[in-house]
Amino acid sequence: MIDQRRIVNAIMTVTTAACAFAVVALLLLILGYISYQGISSISWQFLVETPKPVGEGGGIGNAIVGSLILLGLASAVGIPVGIAVGTYLSELGSGWFGKTVRFVADTMIGVPSIVFGVFVYGLVVVRQGYFSTLAGSLALALIMIPIVSRTTEEMIRLVPDTMREGALALGAPRWRVTLDIVLPAAMAGIATGAMLAIARVLGETAPLLFTAFGSRFYNIYLDEPMASLTVQIYHYAISPFEEWHAKAWAATLVLITLILGINILVRIVTRRRY
Amino acid sequence: MTNKIEVSNLDFFYGKAQALFDITLEVPERQVVAFIGPSGCGKSTFLRTLNRMNDTIPIARAQGVVTIDGKNIYAPGTDVVALRRKVGMVFQKSNPFPKSIFENVAYGIRINKIHSSKADLTERVEKALHDAALWDEVKDRLNMSAFGLSGGQQQRLCIARALAVQPEVILMDEPASALDPIATQKIEELVVGLKRDYTIVIVTHNMQQASRVSDKTAFFMLGKLVEYNSTQKIFTNPEQKLTEDYVTGRFG
Amino acid sequence: MAAKPSKILTGDNVFSTVLMLCAASVLLIAVSMVIVMTESSWLSIREFGLGFLVGQVWDPVKGEFGALPFIWGTIMSSLLALVIAVPLSIAVAVFLVEQAPKSVARPLGFLVELLAAIPSVVYGLWAIFVLAPILRVHVQPALQAVLGWLPFFQGTITGIGMLTGGVVLAIMITPIITAVTRDVLEAVPVTQREASLALGATKWETTRIVLSNASSGIAGAVILGLGRAIGETMAVTMVIGNRPQISVSLFDPAYSIASVIANEYTEATGDLYLSALTEMGLILFIVTFGVTALAKLLIMSVANRNTPRH
Repeated sequence: MIDQRRIVNAIMTVTTAACAFAVVALLLLILGYISYQGISSISWQFLVETPKPVGEGGGIGNAIVGSLILLGLASAVGIPVGIAVGTYLSELGSGWFGKTVRFVADTMIGVPSIVFGVFVYGLVVVRQGYFSTLAGSLALALIMIPIVSRTTEEMIRLVPDTMREGALALGAPRWRVTLDIVLPAAMAGIATGAMLAIARVLGETAPLLFTAFGSRFYNIYLDEPMASLTVQIYHYAISPFEEWHAKAWAATLVLITLILGINILVRIVTRRRY
Repeated sequence: MTNKIEVSNLDFFYGKAQALFDITLEVPERQVVAFIGPSGCGKSTFLRTLNRMNDTIPIARAQGVVTIDGKNIYAPGTDVVALRRKVGMVFQKSNPFPKSIFENVAYGIRINKIHSSKADLTERVEKALHDAALWDEVKDRLNMSAFGLSGGQQQRLCIARALAVQPEVILMDEPASALDPIATQKIEELVVGLKRDYTIVIVTHNMQQASRVSDKTAFFMLGKLVEYNSTQKIFTNPEQKLTEDYVTGRFG
Repeated sequence: MAAKPSKILTGDNVFSTVLMLCAASVLLIAVSMVIVMTESSWLSIREFGLGFLVGQVWDPVKGEFGALPFIWGTIMSSLLALVIAVPLSIAVAVFLVEQAPKSVARPLGFLVELLAAIPSVVYGLWAIFVLAPILRVHVQPALQAVLGWLPFFQGTITGIGMLTGGVVLAIMITPIITAVTRDVLEAVPVTQREASLALGATKWETTRIVLSNASSGIAGAVILGLGRAIGETMAVTMVIGNRPQISVSLFDPAYSIASVIANEYTEATGDLYLSALTEMGLILFIVTFGVTALAKLLIMSVANRNTPRH
């Protein structure tokens, strides 16, 4: 009897370990394949040029700039609002209103990003009559708000109450306590959450398809369509041309490097602190 | 001797649970009063009613009168922020802010706009650190993080921080409970010295500490004030049997 | 006493009002999403009513729009993903929480999380050029040879279709289900494990007790994964074949709600066409919102159950 139980135990241990290592192996295989396929097409021209017809080279310069502009605008709205929502939830949101907002924010994180694209299309693009950088940024910002607010709330909750009381006891009003003491104390964690939110929307394609749309040119205007790395990868990938497939891999390598770079950097920085 | 604080018929509730029952007591000016009693007896809760720190707990409710300098601090329209400036507090666990040593002390001064100039601010910080007997240990690293200090130093920093806003009363909630004997001794010496300028109420579970630092001692049990007398009388010849049992260590 | 009105503009009031307005914006966004999308899809809602959900024909030229093929594709690909991802994710979570030493579990857990950081479009690219050929050359012929008598594994082998979509979805939701299951398992008190071990149970037997205790939380994790699979867009769009048909064969091309929006939104000519696509978006929103809310409630129930009351 005992032997049979031991055997089952051993088999399950090996099985679960195998599953874990298989998943990690898959990750490494995917990343390895991207690097292998992508590295050969990366050149200075590729990084700065705009897309060109097949056979004429071209690159992703405008897409990189476009992604940064979209991301910058989205962050400018999404991060402060998200932090404000998170601060409200942790410092003031114990009532029914706070509970409702927390639940809705939590649930919005599970809403597919393409739905935000559909929403912004109806809200902005239809009304204005054209695709625009502004619409794309808005879609991304809406995705960021709930993510940033939830991580902010969790990070602020880690700040011990004794610290708040210390400031209150000096005669500081609540709002000063929150701004001067609580937020700075939670800043590292909040920044981590914000960075992860940035990494997340940097990889978004679906909400941009019919908001920012895409562009073959360098562009800085907010009321015109804007290129992005992800949409550019999509177009290269589904094309029938092998040359463009190679560009898709190279652009993916750039994108993945940025996203995983942020993730790993954040992990290293937070590791050192705690 | 005038009374700085007068408490009469104070009841205190957490939701439906009553934590304090009909407390009446007065604290004379520029004296040290110690609150002793077994844990959970309400001494810390009572301390926190004196600067309305319990306001931060939504379900907490106080009933009765607490006057400081003759003014009821539970009267409607009381400026809690001004009250807390006047009644400083030092907590059980040191709770420095995530700022430099200098900024920790300067924070209360800045927030209450006590200083007239930058030089005045520096001077006030320095004086507070002197008064808290911390200056010599930190004068060369004022701009370093307060988290780099030892536990005892952090606690004295918190005392300096409280002194810097020029309170009239200082509430101390077991300020030395997390410290080693040497750091504890420094805090106790400090308390005795501060008596010249401040009215001090100190909660402690350490009876020797109460006898060493305080002029008067209040013994609490199960939310009730059992006995309030001069420290000497409490520890040598208490009126109540319960007090005697407690200070002689027969329970607790 | 000071006059009351001067007390209204205190720092605290201003501050908490500003924060509350920001918090209210979350609700405002959710509500306006429903309103705007309902408004934009009103044409289609009025034209087809509930029949939209069961209509099998999707013909933009004739102006006939039925969502059933997409609903079918979405449900089937998501279920397929769950069939693969759920056992895998639970095994990984069990290994990370119950079996691996901390020094192994930490880096491994981080790598599994990184899998979730890879963008959808990248999975799509990889699936087109790596996964689909592997499935076409090695997996699908083998499946057909052994299980070909089942309707699921009949038809032409192309590498592009429901199966590939389901597999790539499975890879994408594995890190999510794993992460939530990990949290849920970690919420089960250590004392329960010790009690079981002290009775002479083996590690695996103990794990089974932990799993059964955490079952509703794990159900939450699975449903969360389902929600993600339902709405996953780019990777599915790139490999599912994009043909609006209802076929039981996993080898046949299919289409999903998210994919049809991604593919046809910018090309939709005519108000009714666009309106029908928007209605798809509205359906996706309502379904994923509901599914995620359900998952959150289940996960919360585990956290609450294991928090002792004072």
